[in-house]
Amino acid sequence: MRIPFITPVIFIVGALLLGAGLWRMDASAERIWLGLTKLGWLVALMWPPSAGGVFWELLKSLLESLAMAFLGTLLAAIIAVPLALLGAGNVIGNVMLRFSARRFYDGLRGIDTLIWALIFVAAVGMGPFAGILALAVPDIGVLAKLFSEALEGADRRQVEAVRAAGANRVLAVRIGLLPQVSPVMLSQILYTLESNARSSTVLGIVGAGGIGLALSDRIRINNWDEVAFIILLILGMVACIDLASRKLRLKLIRPAS
Amino acid sequence: MAGAYIAGTLPSLRLDHLSGDLAHWMWGLADWLELLADTILIAYVGTVLGGLIALLLSFPAAATLAPTWIVMPVRRFLELLRTIPTLVLALIFVYAFGLGAFAGMLAIAVHTAGALGKLFAEEHENASLAQMEAVRAAGGTWAAQMRFGIFPQSLPGILSYGLLRFEINVREASVLGIVGAGGIGEELYLAVRQFEYQDISAILLLILATVAAIDLLCGRLRHIVLGKAGA
Repeated sequence: MRIPFITPVIFIVGALLLGAGLWRMDASAERIWLGLTKLGWLVALMWPPSAGGVFWELLKSLLESLAMAFLGTLLAAIIAVPLALLGAGNVIGNVMLRFSARRFYDGLRGIDTLIWALIFVAAVGMGPFAGILALAVPDIGVLAKLFSEALEGADRRQVEAVRAAGANRVLAVRIGLLPQVSPVMLSQILYTLESNARSSTVLGIVGAGGIGLALSDRIRINNWDEVAFIILLILGMVACIDLASRKLRLKLIRPAS
Repeated sequence: MAGAYIAGTLPSLRLDHLSGDLAHWMWGLADWLELLADTILIAYVGTVLGGLIALLLSFPAAATLAPTWIVMPVRRFLELLRTIPTLVLALIFVYAFGLGAFAGMLAIAVHTAGALGKLFAEEHENASLAQMEAVRAAGGTWAAQMRFGIFPQSLPGILSYGLLRFEINVREASVLGIVGAGGIGEELYLAVRQFEYQDISAILLLILATVAAIDLLCGRLRHIVLGKAGA
């Protein structure tokens, strides 16, 4: 940051943009104050959290969210492997194919899970199936991109050794390339699972299954103690998944490194 | 069934009157562009405000810079902020602050504060302590040590993470409208609900183009920021 003029100019433009944005959102002091009072009042209403007598139903929809996250991740991983081979420069030498595969992944990633959920709810009907598809589609883009980058970083010599022993290209990829990157791929799949465990809890808001429906209903009818309970359930599940995934990842990666 | 649905959303573009077909497909372009600009603005203001909160909290959350009894509660607090899904925060803020972009911006700012606070703190932990000790030896307070000893070292990393977060926030802001928290999401939600098939594909295309443009721009900026640090 040694250039004398540019830094203050960036600062001034950024601050102006911030001011214009706040003005456009009508962020008046009065509105903020009113909102904060209302928020404090909500938090007071949230205590003590209560299940509203339907604890087992809530738990069931929480598990539905978890199952959606698991199946969505699995589906995405299965589809992403062959797509990643298409996008890896050292597997397929074709530059045009690699470029268009990369842009395709970007397209899948560019649209948020919730928008995919909206579309799939309209296309295949409400319920967890739409949620699974909505979780899987953007993750195919993410995983295919990460996998193909991992494949490009792999060591060539092992592939050449398998080729020299007389194997064809498919076998060379299977025996020479995939074992090198599989720990990396698995750990990326686990990261995706963690992220999906978070995303799957809100899909119910648009009718795509899971605990989100119960949550948005409770907010709509102002049962704040139940809202607090559901949020605590979600936080607990996310913490469990993170912990399990971290343990599993360490176990997977240690022997390889 | 899903295939037929997707085919239904595609516009009929004929080569001999392409401009007319395009105008018919993109009939709401002016409104949509305004909503997209709103979406980017929500993401920008949310990223900047959230980033400022993150910056303030990241110094007490860095294990090398503050005592353990401060680091632990600050870290737990940041974790709480980033674990509650943005959309849930948006639902609650829409109730408290009323419908509109302000609630969405707040939701993004809160989540961003939690996510960036952790990353900034890790960046501070990687900074060399020698410069901080130099400031202390010259009689600087703790705040001065942070400002002149640590902050200049972690600035490139902070800017790079901030830009990355901005890209993510643009994507998140595009769905906030579904719960009434401003941006293009509401228009898309209406189009899906009212079976305006061609509008769906038009809006999706605009979102994709916006996200791609922002990604490209931020990627360039990030290269500049990190390149300067290396030089």
